[in-house]
Amino acid sequence: MEGKTIKFGKNLVTTRESLAPGHNFCAGCGEALALRLALKALGENVIIANATGCIEICTSPLPYTSWRLPWMHTLFENTAAEISGVEAGLNILMKKGKIPQRDIKCIAIAGDGGTSDIGIQALSGAFERRHNFLYLCFDNEAYMNTGIQRSSATPYGASTTTAPAGKFSIGQITEKKNMVAIAVAHDIPYAATACHSYPFDLMNKVKKGAGIKGPAYIHILSCCPTGWRYPSNLTIEVGRLAVETGIFPLYEVDDGQYKLSIARPKLKPVEEYLKLQGRFRHLSDEEIKKIQGKTDRKYAKLRAKVAASAA
Amino acid sequence: MSKRVALEASFAVAEAARMADVDVTAAYPITPQTHIPERLAEMVADGELDAAYIPVESEHSAMSACLGAAAVGARTFTATAGQGLELMHEVVYVASSMRYPIVMAVCNRALSAPLSVWGDHSDAMAVRDTGWIQVFCQNNQEAFDLTLWAFRVGEDPKVLFPVMVHLDGFTLSHVTEPVILPEQSEVDRFLPKFQYLFALNPDKPMTHGAFGPPEIYSEAKIAQEVAFRKSKEIILQGWNEFGNIFGRHYFPVEQYRTAGAKTLLLTMGSSTETAKIVIDERRDKGEAIGLISLRLWRPFPFEEFRQIVKGAETLIVLDRCISSGMGGPVFSEVRSALYNEVPKPKVVNIIGGLGGRDISENDFEYVIDRSREIAKQGSEKMLETVGVRGKMIGIRG
Ligand SMILES: Cc1ncc(C[n+]2csc(CCOP(=O)(O)OP(=O)(O)O)c2C)c(N)n1
Ligand code: SF4
Ligand SMILES: [Mg+2]
Repeated sequence: MEGKTIKFGKNLVTTRESLAPGHNFCAGCGEALALRLALKALGENVIIANATGCIEICTSPLPYTSWRLPWMHTLFENTAAEISGVEAGLNILMKKGKIPQRDIKCIAIAGDGGTSDIGIQALSGAFERRHNFLYLCFDNEAYMNTGIQRSSATPYGASTTTAPAGKFSIGQITEKKNMVAIAVAHDIPYAATACHSYPFDLMNKVKKGAGIKGPAYIHILSCCPTGWRYPSNLTIEVGRLAVETGIFPLYEVDDGQYKLSIARPKLKPVEEYLKLQGRFRHLSDEEIKKIQGKTDRKYAKLRAKVAASAA
Repeated sequence: MSKRVALEASFAVAEAARMADVDVTAAYPITPQTHIPERLAEMVADGELDAAYIPVESEHSAMSACLGAAAVGARTFTATAGQGLELMHEVVYVASSMRYPIVMAVCNRALSAPLSVWGDHSDAMAVRDTGWIQVFCQNNQEAFDLTLWAFRVGEDPKVLFPVMVHLDGFTLSHVTEPVILPEQSEVDRFLPKFQYLFALNPDKPMTHGAFGPPEIYSEAKIAQEVAFRKSKEIILQGWNEFGNIFGRHYFPVEQYRTAGAKTLLLTMGSSTETAKIVIDERRDKGEAIGLISLRLWRPFPFEEFRQIVKGAETLIVLDRCISSGMGGPVFSEVRSALYNEVPKPKVVNIIGGLGGRDISENDFEYVIDRSREIAKQGSEKMLETVGVRGKMIGIRG
């Protein structure tokens, strides 16, 4: 069956696994699942540059590799620069006739830390220079690889090892950085959010992003049982609740035009999402109410952007 | 026919990269390196060079983009200086460990603080352990020649290491001198096309840069070290072939009037040319003094160096850098290279030429006379400075 395309409902999904089994991801890892789905959507004509982080560490202990695709890793914060070099290199070698002409998609993979913190300069540069690449940010809302330290993508109220909840702290006191808005501010042709709990939506977006000429960005919520402290069998459910509560809405920004991928007439209370996870266990009802209010306001803002785009 | 033209050293470097037909340049401007990327950008804009010029947003990204380009098999070039080299520091290590034969010109510059755009060797010394083949240039012709040679050696399948070509900021990078430019056909004879066996390619998936657990990291590093030391063979072969085709000959340790010399002065980079004037005067007066210069800095040319300094009584090492609390880095290395040798010269360390401070002929006169006095006193006071206002510091070292 390997490599054959079979039908799942109205979507076509390959049974080819570009990520070989035997990797070291934790059981129930949302990043692993999201990555597997993304790779199915990408096919084989790709070259991947991967930042340091869980994905890299779990897939490449020398002398083994889980990668059935051409793949490189060098450092934590340079992935967007590296893929710029890959893309420019391929283009010029093809132009000069040194390698055969073909369509090879350049893919960058990084975590939320490698994207929204230490790698943001390189990413901004690569967007601005208009390289033809797709950047996939796997957001598990902290530096998981190094032991659950806070990042700028960690949500308000979450307890992490460097912003722990304590007598005088609720943990993270800042709001999650809006990476998609930052990507969109570069006027890139395509940006989107996705989550492994919505596999077809994720795969369609990855396929679409890979087909775009120019820079494309997909921000993928990747639930992490280890860092978020929930039982590993709940990964899909936690991801669904993130979307259903409006905490992590799924949308696309096509040439600056916002469109919700899943528009729910009524959002579930954020408490349903928060209460499943140990990282939010310390939050008082009052704090949860605060988070509810902020979530509603952010969701309304997004809806306004969608409405303005439709108008 | 080759032609002789007046060319700034930075332009000579760019010209060598052009004649090497580089595929990708990613660079970020910093004084005194700016003329190199500017000239390359101009060549690309005018169609003189068919290459991708990536105007990256930092030196960290410059070297990172070079990694990506090299990984797919592109001939890759960059240039930087001082703070830029420091900013890309972690990526510099990766280039050699991943065995990507990137060529980088470094227009040597002092390191902040205080901020200084002027020349010394602090930047070069900070990257001496990064696993790059490293050479120093003394003049414009060498800047051209060694840049060309760097591609030939680095890309050799038996080498596959990146090469750093050091040229002093301003005192070399911005100097205009006559340079002999070869015919393209000669360059093509010297420099084969870059055929990278491990290029990333969807038809043959490969993993570059897996991480090294403790069970394998040591083996990976030692394998790299063995290959790096072996590269010396190709380095010499490359210079041999260069000599055969272009008629200019390069050696790991360059010598100037060293026959029978009892005192040897060791310099690196462009100050060597000033030192030659002083050596000439003294030699002509009958003094047994000569000049040597480390052309090849890494891999360190142990055999050649030991052989050349064997007969000398005093070796004066001029360092344009301070390793704080230690002395001059070149001094430390050459003294350690001589430790087990019998007989061996007394080694005296003079530090000068920091942050663009000129080292004049007079300074060299002082350096030589003073060093001989110090050598006579024994090993108590082996470190001094030259050209620094205020009290000379004599430090035990
Ligand atoms: C320059 C540098 N600083 C710090 C680190 C340590 N480090 C490696 S991975 C990582 C966190 C990765 O977090 P993220 O990008 O969110 O990926 P995740 O592991 O969560 O998937 C850190 C801090 C490093 N490798 N390099
Ligand atoms: S720590 Fe989280 S993201 Fe990392 S492998 Fe484990 S579950 Fe996946
Ligand atoms: Mg993370």
